[in-house]
Amino acid sequence: MQKFTIHSGIAAPLLLDNVNTDQIAPSQHGRELKPDYARMLFRRQRFLDDGRENPDFVLNQDRFRHASILVAGANFGCGSSREAGVWTMTAFGIRCIIARSFSDIYRENCLQNGVLPLVLPEEAIAPFEARVLQADGQAPFSVDLEKQVLSGPHGPDIAFQIDPVFKFKLLRGLDDIGLTLSCDVQIREWEERTTRDLPFLQHLHDARLTG
Amino acid sequence: MTSHPRSLFSKIWDAHFVCARPDGRDIIYMDRHMIHEVHAPRGFETLARDGRAVRRPDLSFAVQDHTVASRLDRTETTNPEGTPFIRAMRAGTVEHGIRLFDIDDPDQGIVHVIAPELGIVLPGATHAVPDSHASTVGGIGAISIGCGTTEMEHILATQTMAISRPKEMRIRLTGELAPHVTAKDVSLHIIGVLGVAGGRGFAIEYAGPVVEAMSIESRLTLCNLSIEGGARTSLVAPDARTIEWIRGRPWAPTGDAWDRAVAYWQGLPSDAGAVFDADLEIDCSALQPQVTWGTDPSQVMGIDDAVPRVEDLPEARRGGYEKALDYMGLRPGERLAGKPVDRVFIGSCTNGRLQDIQAAARVAQGRHVAPGVTALIVPGSTRVRRQAEEMGLAQILTDAGFIWGASGCSMCGGGNGDRGKPQERCVSTTNRNFEGRQGSGVRTHLVSPATAAASAIAGRIADVRDMQGTA
Repeated sequence: MQKFTIHSGIAAPLLLDNVNTDQIAPSQHGRELKPDYARMLFRRQRFLDDGRENPDFVLNQDRFRHASILVAGANFGCGSSREAGVWTMTAFGIRCIIARSFSDIYRENCLQNGVLPLVLPEEAIAPFEARVLQADGQAPFSVDLEKQVLSGPHGPDIAFQIDPVFKFKLLRGLDDIGLTLSCDVQIREWEERTTRDLPFLQHLHDARLTG
Repeated sequence: MTSHPRSLFSKIWDAHFVCARPDGRDIIYMDRHMIHEVHAPRGFETLARDGRAVRRPDLSFAVQDHTVASRLDRTETTNPEGTPFIRAMRAGTVEHGIRLFDIDDPDQGIVHVIAPELGIVLPGATHAVPDSHASTVGGIGAISIGCGTTEMEHILATQTMAISRPKEMRIRLTGELAPHVTAKDVSLHIIGVLGVAGGRGFAIEYAGPVVEAMSIESRLTLCNLSIEGGARTSLVAPDARTIEWIRGRPWAPTGDAWDRAVAYWQGLPSDAGAVFDADLEIDCSALQPQVTWGTDPSQVMGIDDAVPRVEDLPEARRGGYEKALDYMGLRPGERLAGKPVDRVFIGSCTNGRLQDIQAAARVAQGRHVAPGVTALIVPGSTRVRRQAEEMGLAQILTDAGFIWGASGCSMCGGGNGDRGKPQERCVSTTNRNFEGRQGSGVRTHLVSPATAAASAIAGRIADVRDMQGTA
């Protein structure tokens, strides 16, 4: 998984509440074995019925085409737990989502995929959203996860809080499996010790094949 | 040094504790991981996407059970819904070098039935399956945990689970079971006592004279339903009966390894003075054969009883009462014994073992399934099927008008196409009577194999104790 340390990029405003994962990653496009997740992202809003881009959708506007920070409203990522809701983001190039709040499962799914789900302190939210609108894709914002600071045009740096475990995982690029494998030495030691002490737990075979 | 008295569960958990993960969860080593075709393909895909390997294919096993058709002449395309899963499972296990019990393997069966039957899971081991009825295998004294798809991927990649240690509950079952009262009746009664969430957050140890007197197959049935009470895992201490039951099974240790294993198993039972977060005692002496009246397994009663009135229920259990009765087509105060039945299913990880087939055959011998009733009996494993055929049980059952199937989950979840029709009343030895589980609108009553067989014969929900000559 990609590490998240310091990230600078264009911030795209999608200042809506309750954006659900059916909107983010429409399910009828998720049944193929290897779907095009970048195209799936907000597919119903981004593309018209005839397949052409909807010019009104924020990510279709030239200055936001390479946005890597998405700024959203409350309860972002609600609905189905489908992880494609985040795979579509990473496929498009989004590394950080700054929302008023997230659904629990969506936040977990972000952490599984190296995306920083960021909630700013209450008093900082409205001024930040105003700065994103004012910047209008012309100048980048920057997130420093180590220092827990968000900076950008038209205002002061904003300090943010993040769960230390989330920070630990993102800084090192560890998904849940990666987090466990950060203890690989201990797992190997356990296997060696058990092979010695309780070998039947570590080794088995079909006795019919060996007689 | 005096050692602190420890429970069976603690001894196994502690022996598998690798370390605390940075987020505070325990990393617990999983000795045996068994996967099935509904969840495995997605796991293989994710591993490939992330460039990860299966850490211990030698400790991983795979089986086709959830979607396989139960017709005796089945192939992988008999149930078209299952075909892509079956094929993806085959491809994935070949790629990762995992032993697969495929649709035509002589060892194929429902994952929770074959795991102990083949001696793959052993007492004192940890075991995970991406299926909530994994706790079944706790009946031989293993910590056996159901997991989700993401957790399955985690186990494939790490051979561990990152999990918070559960609290511990002991349920002592005292007294003696009356004739025709089985482990299934006990387990349904326990859920009736606990409620569907009473065991949430707990690992349950079943103990006491009733458990000690049970066969291993009965202990597996007892542990099967723990998740219906909310407990993710449950277990029974291994004893001499367990050890004899395991001896000689295909994957069980042999020679010196066997002797060392036995010595370890003998030290596993809970120490006197072990402390439990909850300690219950349930007297089983007066227990009757049980039957569910509602749409969750805690809505259960003795077969002589009447459907409870809402005022008979504790406050906390009244929610959804009317909806449940409406779905089931029942009235408050009504007796279930005598209700006409359309369909009977005997099988599943709950009651698909040889002992269950024997119980059904004892009832069916010399009798016939009532006209209009479809009675399906599906062995829990191909090995059980073979044994039942060799012993003449299959013949007795088919002579009596039962349909004899090939092993798999079948009508338990209906994932293989075996489903009932709306409003049909189905008496079933499975573990879930949820709305729509056995087909849209199907009304499921959970019972023991003997009660199911008796109901098939009578064409009505029947009390097996009323049947003459049933030993």
